[in-house]
Amino acid sequence: MDLSFVIAVEVLYAVASLVLISAGLAVVFGMMKVINLAHGEFMMLGGYTTITAVGLGVNVFVAMLVIAPLVVGLVGLIVERLVIRHLYGRLVDTMLATWGLSLVFIGLATMIFGNTTTGISTPIPGFAVGDYQISGYNFFIIVVAAVLVIAMLAVLRGTRAGLIARGTMQRADIAAALGYSPDRIYMATFFCGSALSGLAGAVLAPLVGLVPTSGGAYIAKAFITVIAGGPSLIAGLLSSATSFGVVNQVFTFAISPVIGEVALLVAAVVLLRLMPQGITGRFFKGKL
Amino acid sequence: MERSLGKEIIATLIVSALLIWLLPMVIATYTLTVLVIYGMLGLSLGLIWGFGGILCFGQAAFFGLGAYTYAIAAINLGESTVPMLLAVLVPLIFAAVLGALMFYGRLTDVYLGVITLVVTLILFKFVNSTAGPQYVIGNARLGGYNGIPGFQTLNVPGNPDAYIWGDPYFYFCAVALVIVFLLVTWLLRSSFGRVAIGIRENETRMALMGYDVAARKTVLFATGAAIAGLAGALFANWGEIVTPGLFSLGQSAEIIIWCIVGGLGTRLGPVLGAAGLAYLKFVLGQQSLIDNTLITGLILVLFVLFLPKGLVPAVSALWKASFGRARRRPLARQRRKARHG
Repeated sequence: MDLSFVIAVEVLYAVASLVLISAGLAVVFGMMKVINLAHGEFMMLGGYTTITAVGLGVNVFVAMLVIAPLVVGLVGLIVERLVIRHLYGRLVDTMLATWGLSLVFIGLATMIFGNTTTGISTPIPGFAVGDYQISGYNFFIIVVAAVLVIAMLAVLRGTRAGLIARGTMQRADIAAALGYSPDRIYMATFFCGSALSGLAGAVLAPLVGLVPTSGGAYIAKAFITVIAGGPSLIAGLLSSATSFGVVNQVFTFAISPVIGEVALLVAAVVLLRLMPQGITGRFFKGKL
Repeated sequence: MERSLGKEIIATLIVSALLIWLLPMVIATYTLTVLVIYGMLGLSLGLIWGFGGILCFGQAAFFGLGAYTYAIAAINLGESTVPMLLAVLVPLIFAAVLGALMFYGRLTDVYLGVITLVVTLILFKFVNSTAGPQYVIGNARLGGYNGIPGFQTLNVPGNPDAYIWGDPYFYFCAVALVIVFLLVTWLLRSSFGRVAIGIRENETRMALMGYDVAARKTVLFATGAAIAGLAGALFANWGEIVTPGLFSLGQSAEIIIWCIVGGLGTRLGPVLGAAGLAYLKFVLGQQSLIDNTLITGLILVLFVLFLPKGLVPAVSALWKASFGRARRRPLARQRRKARHG
């Protein structure tokens, strides 16, 4: 009984962290069709921002939930103005340019923070369930991911800004004819996407030690979650994060963490081979 | 056509012979060897990306596979001829299977990139976690993140004690690169190469003309992988150790940057891009003021933004614009004459 509870929490946690890791990329790729290979580095920046802010005496939760998204969002804004906006519609070129950006960020972080691992301790204590110890921070991540998904859904479906954004992504010329500036809307969307990446990086930072290259650990997972999710933003994100999270945890429990990771990647390859349009390209069509 | 191919082969041979003779006077052969090997690796991606339109994010997978195959086989066999062949064959077969899986599934651009990237990651994660004593192939321990050191390096075929190393090894690698380069030239001049370029330009059109697009892409992909595998084996011999770093994303990224900087759709571009950037990295590695990765990244961003065609096409366009005029004018005059009688 206790064990099944622990496993359920671990699976939920795996799904939640995949949702967190991929949310920013899903906004940028799913809506704008821009592949941001610097996504992992945005997360890394979020982590470093949190650690720096905490070092300066800011409350951990303020640093994670407010400062990191804002700072990384601003960095994203600068990146969009300088690089990405010249490359809209050129998928491969964007991919390469953002890859270059990710290297630039790694280089900058190495020069500023050095090549050593830094970290902060998890702000929430763990507790015992029967014979097992559960990290309380896992619950925090599950809650943050749930709130994030609900908020995204609410903004995109319920608000005027969400409607305009979705409309612009579908037909930029019509939106322009109706008097909205696609240029500005793209800019705002990229800001939101980067802010989400920053948030994810900040929230996950206490769990892993940060090094300048730690973005690389996230990018592949985020990438395959979003791509396997397919065209629908939130339905795709949830369905692929759930499938991969479950596969990952089942194999982790059955064999070992490394095999869990490998199983996740193999599942991604198989899934993409069977459904090249992603899960929502076949099921849940037309959902948001 | 035949005559120009002959001319090109002779020109390539003369230029490369000159380079092989002159370069060791400027740069140490130990460094040159690795530049040559990277050139071959760049050529392997330049072939499938520049001429087949297949953007492979995981060329490092084949490079690493070649290196590991060589190391494992060399430990088991204690002689280098068969391991060299295996190092070409294993990536070739692996890529053929992977390519068939992808191309018959009609996966294109982004999805192709993701799958190749993920496969590289799988290999990296797997090899990185094989530190335990239970991971053994024959006599060779896989060694996890420590890699495999101490295998038999290149020797004269049939004589395991006659090692090829130092200056002779540089000449061996350089000649190998020239041979591979000529084979690629020949392949691209053949009807197979023309169809490949056709597929790059418009896949649907080539499919409607009756070509089996998936089969041809698979063959091209596997050819590129074989070249990368050979480069991997040569690299293993040069470094005398193979590590999981060969499979890393960083390695994959670098190969793509070489191709972009050198120029896609040319044979020479990726080779020069690889050797040039690797040398730049070597020079930059000797200072600690500015981080190496930062500069590589900046180069990539700037090239994508301002020179998306790469150096070699840009320089050749400049060359044609400044020196090609003399030849174009008489042609224009002729044309005018023809028109006005």
